[in-house]
Amino acid sequence: MGEGVVGRFRFMDAQPVNLDGFATEDPQLGLIAFNSPADPEPSLVVRDGRVVELDGRAEADFDVIDAFLAAHGLDLDVAAEAMALDDVALARLLVDPNVPRAEVVRLVAGLTPAKLARALAPLRPAELTIAMTKMRARRTPSNQAHVTNRNDDPLLLAADAATAAAFGFREIETTVPVLGDAPSNAVAVSIGAAVGAPGVLVQCSVEEATELQLGLRGLVSYAETVSLYGTEQIFVDGDDTPWSKAFLASAYASRGVKMRVTSGGGAEALMGASEGRSMFYLESRCVSLARAIGSQGVQNGGIDAAAVAGSVPRGVRSLMAENLMVMARNLEACTGNDALMSESDVRRTSRTMPIFLAGSDYICSGFGSIQRYDNMFGPSQWNAEDVDDFLIMQRDWGVDGGLRTADAGAVAVLRRRAVDAVQAVYRHLGLADLDDVWADQAVDAAGSKDVPAADLMAPLTASRLIRESGLTMVDVVAALEECGFDDVAQRLLDMLGVRRHGDHLQTAAIFDEDLRVLSLITDPNDYAGPGTGYEPTPRRAAELDAVRQQRSVADLRAAQAAGADPAALAVRGPAAAGTDPREVVIGVSPATGRAIWTTLGGLTVVQALRELLAGLEEEGCTARVVRVNDTVDLGLVGLTAARLAGSGIGIGLQAKGTALIHRRDLAPLANLELYSVAPGIDAPMYRLLGANAARHAKGATPQPARNPYSDEAIEARYHTTVVGLVAIERSCCTPEPPQELEVTW
Amino acid sequence: MSDLTLDAVRAGDVTMADVAITPQTLRAQADVARAHANPQLAENLLRAAELTAVGDEELLAVYEMLRPRRATAAELEAAAASFEARGAPRIAALLREAAAVYARRGLLRAGG
Repeated sequence: MGEGVVGRFRFMDAQPVNLDGFATEDPQLGLIAFNSPADPEPSLVVRDGRVVELDGRAEADFDVIDAFLAAHGLDLDVAAEAMALDDVALARLLVDPNVPRAEVVRLVAGLTPAKLARALAPLRPAELTIAMTKMRARRTPSNQAHVTNRNDDPLLLAADAATAAAFGFREIETTVPVLGDAPSNAVAVSIGAAVGAPGVLVQCSVEEATELQLGLRGLVSYAETVSLYGTEQIFVDGDDTPWSKAFLASAYASRGVKMRVTSGGGAEALMGASEGRSMFYLESRCVSLARAIGSQGVQNGGIDAAAVAGSVPRGVRSLMAENLMVMARNLEACTGNDALMSESDVRRTSRTMPIFLAGSDYICSGFGSIQRYDNMFGPSQWNAEDVDDFLIMQRDWGVDGGLRTADAGAVAVLRRRAVDAVQAVYRHLGLADLDDVWADQAVDAAGSKDVPAADLMAPLTASRLIRESGLTMVDVVAALEECGFDDVAQRLLDMLGVRRHGDHLQTAAIFDEDLRVLSLITDPNDYAGPGTGYEPTPRRAAELDAVRQQRSVADLRAAQAAGADPAALAVRGPAAAGTDPREVVIGVSPATGRAIWTTLGGLTVVQALRELLAGLEEEGCTARVVRVNDTVDLGLVGLTAARLAGSGIGIGLQAKGTALIHRRDLAPLANLELYSVAPGIDAPMYRLLGANAARHAKGATPQPARNPYSDEAIEARYHTTVVGLVAIERSCCTPEPPQELEVTW
Repeated sequence: MSDLTLDAVRAGDVTMADVAITPQTLRAQADVARAHANPQLAENLLRAAELTAVGDEELLAVYEMLRPRRATAAELEAAAASFEARGAPRIAALLREAAAVYARRGLLRAGG
């Protein structure tokens, strides 16, 4: 920063958002979200049932993507009708609750990529949210987790997969830092997920052919790393063509394995071959191709290039519009929120929020359920440290983001069992002998840094043995059964068994915990305006609401009772008025020393009283303590005390710690000094308050006290407790006159 | 469907073949997909039905063949003919279509 940069800007420059890169729009480099000058005008010419021109390109010039789309991607029966609609008319269909999803799907099937991109570009963020609410395939939203670690540690993978399943993730994606470790990772995560919950789908993201092999051997239950790109050059650089991808899709289906493809805006710009097209148009080609090759779904919304899209104007908006494009093509949408696209917590939350509110088939195509440093895809948009935030966002908005709270004790049991199961299976199959110190560390670990005992060679050796022996998931099931993990074995056997009926090959299929398929077919989205569509069942709503952090008044009473010290505050009888001009009376609220024993500042009420009394004594005043029973209002408590005091000066103390100095001739709501921020009042402040009350009594000058203001969300921390404490105070309120208390310590 | 139980697994009576999806089931799923406005998914499931009879090794080999510049036109045609002869017309058509486009876009193996 040079001269002339004022402090305000130096301060702003230092904020996390300024670590992000922001690009000037540059269509030539593909750094443009919507509507590049080089995007083609939509066009479709059909001659004798054959597409001879697509989005401005003649058949002879079709690249591989055009050629595949022309042959397979368009419903030519509806194309003329759909292509004739103007862009805004189409956009309105997506938002209008009176137009059924099926009607939009019917028309979109006849739209070329350029036309679909044009039709969705006008949708504003709030309209995208409504459109997504209506257009996603599956009624019930869900979520996907990443479970990986730096060491490919199978024990930690198993423990973390069980944890992810416990938190409600219905798909778990793993990958490897070391390609050779893939089979071991697939086995460990599959076992861990099965320990955590029934019916969790598992994949291992690796190179296409390797991933297929894992699927053929039953070691994974779905596949996602089947990448599509919007330009021919990048597609071929990726060592595939639309035909090889179409074949791959069929290969997975032939084995009863669920599969979706991956694309995402910004990928072509990142690889320097965007042909000057906008990210949204290129992604429209990808999504059109996904439908054309017969994939049931798409993972998109930036993915690896999310930050590229995020760097340009309206880029974040285009990421969401991409997801909507998938839904409009009647496909399963796994809606990004995957690779971390900002250093800023505000910005990454903003990027996810509308999708979270709308609901999608999978809100995240990879919520990093593990530590950022353990995420071998790179840090996610949401990571282990955000699980509670996400759960509480669900509760705040009454929105089902696919997760549920999990009990610490229950998760500890699941992690132990997952680790035990993998340890036993690896020993039984002769894959590796993973020792007990390592196992104990993996159970307890928050991340791989907590597992120094891990042997980095073990997963590689285990993987080699899995590959060479031709081991399949049936062998893993047998090993689990023989090692006494019958329930886990049964769950994995069930996941193999579903391959035979293939209901999960339909669009947007997940399994619930009873292994029922929820999909476009069995659980279709029926949103048609307020009062329709997905609503959590009462049981699910209770699950969303019951975060482990919530507390009731009963919890608060129990916590306060734990600090009770009844001998310290004894009732001596009715309080009479004093006559000594040096006497100050301390009035305490009804619950003080009855139901409330600890202030918000963490002192006991007896400690607070001791400090007040010491302050009064230092200034040569005498003191009495009385409990005011008939009001919870601190002003009245203080005024009552002042009227009983020989000096006419009283101190009011609420059990939660708020305190003031009052004088007998003031109005109830007036006071001499107010110490209002109870959580910040410490022992020296109570002593100062006592001393100042004495000074008021003597007619001397009090020392100014400052309320301890801070930049913390003090109200967020304490207001719920305050509501409970006030309720307890009110429950202790009686018409009984003030009582004199004897304080002992 | 045969018994898929832990007892059967323990007895060594279960292999991956016992969890295979049948072509009939895939064709039925294709009908469902078509009825739910996704004829392309239906086509995929019909291609999959044809691939149920294809072994894992061949499956991987055909995938490899369809990747850029792996196969000559003649090799793709031979594979297509083989699939056609085995009652897999959709896979055959996919291979022939690929061969034609690959020829035009320079994606056949050089020297083919």
